Amino acid sequence: MTRADEARGSAREEILARIRAARPTTSVAVPRRYRTAPAVAGAADADLLDLLVDRLVDYRATVRRCAPVDLAEALAGLLGAVPTVVVPAGAPEHWLSAYPGRIRRDGDPVPLTVADLDEPGLAVVTGCAVAVAQTGTLVLDGGPEQGRRLLSLVPDHHLCVVRADQVVAGVPEGLARLADPTRPITMISGPSATSDIELNRVEGVHGPRRLDVLLVG
Amino acid sequence: MRVALFVTCVNDLMFPATGRAVVRVLERLGHTVEFPAAQGCCGQMHANSGYRAEALPLVRNFVETFAGYEAVVAPSGSCVAMVREAYPRLAAGDPDLAAAVNEVVPRVHELSELLVDVLGVTDVGASFPHRVTYHPTCHGLRTLRLGDRPLRLLRAVRGLDLVDLPGAEECCGFGGTFAVKNADVSSAMLADKCAAIRDTGAAYVAAADNSCLAHIGGGLSRQARLGSGAPVRAVHYAEILAGPEVHP
Amino acid sequence: MSGGAPGGTGAQRRRGDRRGHGNIVAPLPFPAAARRELGNPQLRANLRRATHTIRDRRARVVGETPDWAHLRAAGAAIKDDVLARLPELLEQFEAAATAAGATVHWARDAAEARALVTDLVRGTGSAEVVKVKSMATQEIGLNEALAEAGITVVETDLAELIVQLADDTPSHILVPAIHYNRRQIREIFADRMPGVDLDALTDEPAALAEAARRYLRDRFLNARVAISGANFAVAETGTLVVVESEGNGRMCLTLPETLISVVGVEKLLPTFRDLEVFLQLLPRSATGERMNPYTSMWTGVTPGDGPRALHVVLLDNGRTDTLADPVGRQALRCIRCSACLNVCPVYERVGGHAYGSVYPGPIGAILSPQLTGLDAGANRSLPYASTLCGACFDVCPVRIDIPQVLVHLRQRDVDARRGQPSPERMAMRALSWVMRDRRRYAAALRAARRGAAPLRLLTAGGEVRRLPWPLSAWTSSRDAPLPAARTFRDWWAERTAHGGREDGRDQG
Repeated sequence: MTRADEARGSAREEILARIRAARPTTSVAVPRRYRTAPAVAGAADADLLDLLVDRLVDYRATVRRCAPVDLAEALAGLLGAVPTVVVPAGAPEHWLSAYPGRIRRDGDPVPLTVADLDEPGLAVVTGCAVAVAQTGTLVLDGGPEQGRRLLSLVPDHHLCVVRADQVVAGVPEGLARLADPTRPITMISGPSATSDIELNRVEGVHGPRRLDVLLVG
Repeated sequence: MRVALFVTCVNDLMFPATGRAVVRVLERLGHTVEFPAAQGCCGQMHANSGYRAEALPLVRNFVETFAGYEAVVAPSGSCVAMVREAYPRLAAGDPDLAAAVNEVVPRVHELSELLVDVLGVTDVGASFPHRVTYHPTCHGLRTLRLGDRPLRLLRAVRGLDLVDLPGAEECCGFGGTFAVKNADVSSAMLADKCAAIRDTGAAYVAAADNSCLAHIGGGLSRQARLGSGAPVRAVHYAEILAGPEVHP
Repeated sequence: MSGGAPGGTGAQRRRGDRRGHGNIVAPLPFPAAARRELGNPQLRANLRRATHTIRDRRARVVGETPDWAHLRAAGAAIKDDVLARLPELLEQFEAAATAAGATVHWARDAAEARALVTDLVRGTGSAEVVKVKSMATQEIGLNEALAEAGITVVETDLAELIVQLADDTPSHILVPAIHYNRRQIREIFADRMPGVDLDALTDEPAALAEAARRYLRDRFLNARVAISGANFAVAETGTLVVVESEGNGRMCLTLPETLISVVGVEKLLPTFRDLEVFLQLLPRSATGERMNPYTSMWTGVTPGDGPRALHVVLLDNGRTDTLADPVGRQALRCIRCSACLNVCPVYERVGGHAYGSVYPGPIGAILSPQLTGLDAGANRSLPYASTLCGACFDVCPVRIDIPQVLVHLRQRDVDARRGQPSPERMAMRALSWVMRDRRRYAAALRAARRGAAPLRLLTAGGEVRRLPWPLSAWTSSRDAPLPAARTFRDWWAERTAHGGREDGRDQG
């Protein structure tokens, strides 16, 4: 053990000892009377989907809705003239079956580099793990349809496919749906924005400046 | 009802008309007012300035003086807030005092609480034919949560034209010793409050606390003297409620 | 701000001194610093506009949340629970994060944390780091220490970048450049941002954001080391959470090979589920949004996704001292949302620099002096920088009773100085002695009234235009009322002597 290691070890012990001496001794019960289910019991799924759309549009995301059989056509329509689309390794083949441009799949054959993803005009298409209607939030947790975090970060245009059965009412239900909280998680609510100039929200800084959402079902 | 008046030290010395107004309003409504002469200061200035030891004898004096009264009324939001919020904390280390505080606190009311909640009155039969704006002082607004009680009382006054005060919920900048210790910031806050009051076109600004009103009124009178705008008079709302009785 | 210089290694530090230090010590008493700031009308106009904008936005999104009171109660209780179980939770976090591939370090104070992080950056061989906005690193003066070690620090949050380019200090917890308006920000970028495209640079916020994007893009894509703080650290899973807007956080947390996160020990949450409360409270309180654009959560390292090395530095720096105060410890619930700054009438007039600490406003007035002790610099003046108006408590998402703690710290200050002579204490003592006894009180009232009588003859409207010190501070901007000709109790005594009840329409 080096001297520096010893100093660090004693820092740990000293801090813990000081906290033990200082902390309150009474135990605390946490009241959880906040909403953990839709405000109106049995709210129609249609209402929830409408709410999600409303919230996303409020953040200036572009939202399209389609039936499951029309997914590929709708996706191609949203992508328009985008020359190249990146998809995660596990994205379903049929998503881009109507898209005429170039498709680059992450990890096929090697992982895409930052430079690959920084090409101008590139769009990325991912799925999500869950979407929260009340806050207009898409949650990505690195599942096969979502891929690595940098895929939905470096390209300037992110298109997210959301299935109706992935939409929940509030944040508590959204977090509870995640299979493994130790996976890298990214919650996305609208395109990149800042409130740093006169405390007004302005869209478009470092993350994707265009966020499209295709709500399926 | 027999009501004990806690006039407060500031009103006793500086603004006795407010105390007289409370007596007049309550007697007009048929109630009996008593003035326990042993009363002094609630200790707010001491406690808020960090002088807990100096505040404690005043807490004791208050609970001894007002023990046994069915209702105690004070025409001061901040003094009632002191009694209600700070007394239990100040007395926490002394079980006997804590018990005495617990016994008396629920019966101490700000004037509008007594009138509206306890006595069930909003129309006290007054008349005051002037344009008035109301500043809800911080203690009244956020500690006592007086809500619209004073406004309901004022709206029922004959001839009174009540106008909204923009930014009403913002502090006037008084803050007890803050006005002296941080005089520059206090003056900056006061200037904005006075401008908002003048912009309403009201002839009077009313409030539930003469300390804040002395600060606001002092600012308004200074500015009027220096030529910025018409004078607006600061007045405790109790004095408006005590205005000439209306005989329908 | 003082204390920015890096300290020695842990072994060289003074033993036994565990108070917080760094950029949390006010160099000037608050009244003097406030006077300096009040002299800047542009600053006041900027602050007024920005704070009123954010107040309205917050009120709107809180108003549409019917269970807000329940969320606040839960948030406060979860944080209190954390403080009660802090040693166990820290050990649990350390074990979970370590199992997931992180290396956990402990720092007793700012100097130790600065030395630790500097060593870690040196160990990577990189001469440049990108930073996510972090209060903990501001607090410990990390940028100054890294600069002294020859390491270039690039702040990537837009407001931090503005402050860094302007060679200024932050004036707000959430929006460190709140004191600048768009025109001033354009000037800073035009003068100081290397390679800026002057033709495209207008004072439109979108153009300013675009300039920051272009300036930082290559730095993100080539960065090898990033430094962050964390909004939350989950004990159960070892997860860290950063809540942000621009995507600069995601860039820093995802692209570099090495990530160093400096986290105050009070940032813990017991379980992952607890985030469901704070991810509702924080964005609504901070930027007035239903949800901030991006929230990142990471647990140790994940092969193929994100950094290959993660270091977590757990920081005390006065937090254990704060924890020891039964009233004051509620300040450790703070989630750094800034709602209390945005509603504070004092902050709105003077801005953050008047507080001399990276933690300004109401929360700073109770946090800075507790972290450092009241006798550090001019920090004892901070608890008096409030009218106790209570607006801060109303909006606090974790129900910190800031006015109560302010009064408590004033008590601690007064009690700590009981031995020293003070005119204020003599006056307070005398007033207390007089006012607790009816005879003494009545006599004093008579004396005050009599003393005022000649003054009354001299003043036309019964108002005084100038009082002697210390009350001259009052009459500098307002007239003062005179004691009435007859006190209430004299009126009452006469009335009683004349048979009691009468119409009360007499003159004072």
